[in-house]
Amino acid sequence: MSHPGDLRYSKEHEWVRVDGGTATIGITSFAADELGDIVFIELPEVGSSLTQFAGFGVVESVKAVSDLFSPISGEVTEVNAALAEQPELLNSDAYGEGWIARVSLADSAELDALMDADAYEALTS
Amino acid sequence: MAYTPHTDPDRAAMLAAIGVAGIDDLFDDVPPAVRAAAWDLPAPMVEQEVRAELRRLANRNRIPDVSFLGYGAYRHLVPSVVSEVVGRAEFSTAYTPYQPEVSQGTLQSIYEFQSLICELTGMEVATASHYDGATATAEAALMACRLTRRERVAVSNAVHPEVRRVLATYCSGPGIEVVEVPADLAAGGTGQTDPAAAAAVLDDSFACLIAQQPNAFGVLEPMAELGQAAHAAGAQLVAVVEPTSLAVLEPPGSYGADIVTAEGQPLGIPMSFGGPWVGLMAARMGAVRQMPGRLVGATRDAAGRKGYVLTLQAREQHIRREKAASNICTNQALCALAATAYLTAVGPAGLREVAELSMAQARHAAGALRRAGLAERRFTAPYVAEVAVTVPDAERRHAVLAAEGVVAGAPLWRDYPELTDTLLLAATELTSDTDIERLVAALEASR
Amino acid sequence: MSVVDERVDASGRGAAFASPEPGEALTIVEPLVFDHSRPGRRAVRFPVASDAARAAGKGEPALPASVQRQEAPRLPEVSELELLRHFTRLSQLNIAIETAFYPLGSCTMKYNPKVNEWAARLTGFTDSHPLDPDELAQGSLELQWLLAELLREISGFAAVSLQPAAGAHGELTGMLMTRAFHRSNGEGEQRTKVLVPDSSHGTNPATATMVGYSVVTIPSNERGGIDLGALRAALGSDTAALMITNPSTLGIFEDQIDQVVAAVREAGAIAYMDGANLNAILGRFRPGEAGFDVMHFNLHKTFSTPHGGGGPGAGPVGVSERLAPFLPRPLPVLREGDADAVRANAWAGRETPGARFGLDWDRPQSIGKVRSMFGNFGMHLRAYAYIRANGGDGLRGVSDDAVLAANYLRVRLADAFDLPYDRVCKHEVVFSGRRQKRQHGVTTLDMAKAILDHGIHPPTIYFPLIVEEALMIEPTETESLETLDRFVDVMHDIARRAADEPEALRAAPVTTPVGRLDEAGAARRPDLRHRFGPDPVPESTEGG
Repeated sequence: MSHPGDLRYSKEHEWVRVDGGTATIGITSFAADELGDIVFIELPEVGSSLTQFAGFGVVESVKAVSDLFSPISGEVTEVNAALAEQPELLNSDAYGEGWIARVSLADSAELDALMDADAYEALTS
Repeated sequence: MAYTPHTDPDRAAMLAAIGVAGIDDLFDDVPPAVRAAAWDLPAPMVEQEVRAELRRLANRNRIPDVSFLGYGAYRHLVPSVVSEVVGRAEFSTAYTPYQPEVSQGTLQSIYEFQSLICELTGMEVATASHYDGATATAEAALMACRLTRRERVAVSNAVHPEVRRVLATYCSGPGIEVVEVPADLAAGGTGQTDPAAAAAVLDDSFACLIAQQPNAFGVLEPMAELGQAAHAAGAQLVAVVEPTSLAVLEPPGSYGADIVTAEGQPLGIPMSFGGPWVGLMAARMGAVRQMPGRLVGATRDAAGRKGYVLTLQAREQHIRREKAASNICTNQALCALAATAYLTAVGPAGLREVAELSMAQARHAAGALRRAGLAERRFTAPYVAEVAVTVPDAERRHAVLAAEGVVAGAPLWRDYPELTDTLLLAATELTSDTDIERLVAALEASR
Repeated sequence: MSVVDERVDASGRGAAFASPEPGEALTIVEPLVFDHSRPGRRAVRFPVASDAARAAGKGEPALPASVQRQEAPRLPEVSELELLRHFTRLSQLNIAIETAFYPLGSCTMKYNPKVNEWAARLTGFTDSHPLDPDELAQGSLELQWLLAELLREISGFAAVSLQPAAGAHGELTGMLMTRAFHRSNGEGEQRTKVLVPDSSHGTNPATATMVGYSVVTIPSNERGGIDLGALRAALGSDTAALMITNPSTLGIFEDQIDQVVAAVREAGAIAYMDGANLNAILGRFRPGEAGFDVMHFNLHKTFSTPHGGGGPGAGPVGVSERLAPFLPRPLPVLREGDADAVRANAWAGRETPGARFGLDWDRPQSIGKVRSMFGNFGMHLRAYAYIRANGGDGLRGVSDDAVLAANYLRVRLADAFDLPYDRVCKHEVVFSGRRQKRQHGVTTLDMAKAILDHGIHPPTIYFPLIVEEALMIEPTETESLETLDRFVDVMHDIARRAADEPEALRAAPVTTPVGRLDEAGAARRPDLRHRFGPDPVPESTEGG
């Protein structure tokens, strides 16, 4: 399993991609595989504030449910509405079309508390 | 061991295979300090003795010759075909459809049940059923709390006392406050819940208003106005309904109910001294993930064949454990099947006949008693198939009639002390003209 | 499963016929009941009000037009025969105890005696209104009183309430009583935690949460019992209760149960026993006698009432003296007469002249009502009939034979499947399919589906959660040695095929009315009710 090199990862299996002041977050392909067929995700509300490592929603598969923990703090500016209709995108394209939310980054220093792809690979293999 | 097939040679063979000398060796793990002392239980019985004993007890009950007792449990016809369907062992001796490939009968019947309850209530989603109407209502209140993230519940005191008792118990668990909205019980009053009184109680701390249609006194509530009062406070309207009345009454979906609950006993289920019955719950799709209890959904197999499965299970205790929407595990599948077969047997025309005849006989009884100078209607608002009447010296006369095999309805003063001398008379399609003549004559004789 | 030479279109619309796929079994697919409906067709009819009735009702208020339903509900319109065929065909799509071996662990799928059903249909019971004056309901009240007496004796508890409608409902009752007890001692605020072993049923933690408790999970030890050291470390002045299943969900008797109960009581907490597995220990272990404070019974398991496709069950609770004041109200009581005489007479099948029963509402410390009326009476009378048929000796024999059968399967299948806890079991045995998964890529789910093709209901799978690829087998005492041996043969055959033809197992089942269904699709795009043609009104916020 390979994880994109330009992302940062949390030990709770979320990823973050930083583009200027905006961070896009999602769950890793490892997490999606572990959960199995994902059937529902509870998305955060636009305008809500996320806190690094705090819960912000849940993701459900047929036979499991898991809390989502934000890898980063900030205000939600956009959510991936497509996931409401097609939660399977989390399984099929975790790092692309399966993104969960975009956040205005509160403190880029928080990225230091996250792993790079190699470290995450080591964690999950 | 009335029902075990094992012969002594069978047992010996199994013990030998296991490699133990005797059955006691398989219970060595029970610590000696806590092994059971001898118990004092009766001797076994063969079938004819079991029958005699159960018949003895059944005969000790005296089924009244004539009864106008309803007040939450109703004597309706249980069509023969319904008993036949429910009696099929393929339904009754199966369990929870964990293996959908060999449980399509149960699963499809629940899907049909959910569809019928949606159709009857005008709602978008119905659960696979609950223990009874009271627990369904209590669960609806907790569901409204989850949906609104609020921790207070308002309930009309014209909701059946049994429902309110169970509601109070359930809400005591998570510490949810229950506030009662008083109905107009004054002499010459409507018997209804005043929307203004509801609005006075409700504010943005309330998750829901619970009201019953028709209410505990058989009276029609202003449900649309009560719903407006709830919604104005950002609260939900939980409508507790009586299913046969929905043949003639507007469905709760059209007066703005957010959650609908009901006791399903009138739908082909015997009264059986209080159970088993079946709780109904329906809601809007937007709330489905906060619904408690089982849901069945349609899907397909790899060959494209349609089939049914338990679905949205991530809400439930076996997956979510301490974060589950409820601890409910089973539903009342066989009772839900009875309701499904009942609604199929009667169809739209039959359900309407049941409702109309029940209403006509309630009016027949009330009119006959009024004209005989025996009873006066207690409330001014229109009623459906139960009518509260005032009868002088009611407590004594109710007892006198009961001893004669005539149950003159429910004595309301036991639950509502202000309703002195008030009896709630229920009629169903089984209430005959001669039943009513007998009631009139018995009340006359008891003056 | 009956096989007929008739199929209908898989879309479930009408009675179209489709050819089976090559090699596919011929099976029934039954359309929805709505598809049988034709306008104007009738089954059951009812009388209309007589002219005299209508005349007498004049002057009484009519239904206001504003509350009247505008469009009739679209219930099916069918004949009685069509109704019966529909539901009969549906029934034939089920496996049930009366059609096949059903070793579903944790569920005690034993034979449900027919005399119980006979009794439940007596009109003296079915037509008994729960609010009838006590004088008219003496038989129902006596039966409930007698059943509570029997359950007390069986469990060793001081008092029993029959009100809870199911096992999980009994748990809720038990936890509410636990909290009421601590509150009455001024410890309501302080005791906030409920301890639950990691092998527990999901209902235990879910119930504790419903009562406002936080849940602390206690690990199991390497022998499959609760880790006594971890339990002792977790117990404290903030512990409200321990909820423990015994025998555990691993089918293992907690052989340190005396120490477990002592530790819990020493900490001032309530010892709750989940009675789901009572079928293993009748006459061998009485929880009340052993110091437990509360236990729920599952009448539909131990005492043979039909499971009904998922209910109705019944979940009475037994309690110790110190919890008795908190039981749900009302309780059936003997108002007049001598209790010993009434029992002795009833055990002899005799009436006790002058005995009079009633309902005791005057219980000021009661938690209140957990269900309307008095519980699932129809289940109570079946359980009563079952206990009377067996008697004390018979009940002890029930557990002996249930444990014997489970241990027989344990040793007979030990060569084919991994046994994570290799010791004497009680009424059920938990294997692991991890060997088959690792060596052949065949999961326990695959093997369960393959069992279906043998016309047997599979064991419980993937529970308890602490066993990888769990396969939980509960044969019960009512299955013959021949049935057990046939099951052993089937399981050996499946283990062999897991090695030899894993692909075939992954494709199972092939003989059932439908194959493996798309559960993910069902949950992603929920279809929870029939749509009558095109739905003009969109759902409120479907999927939202």
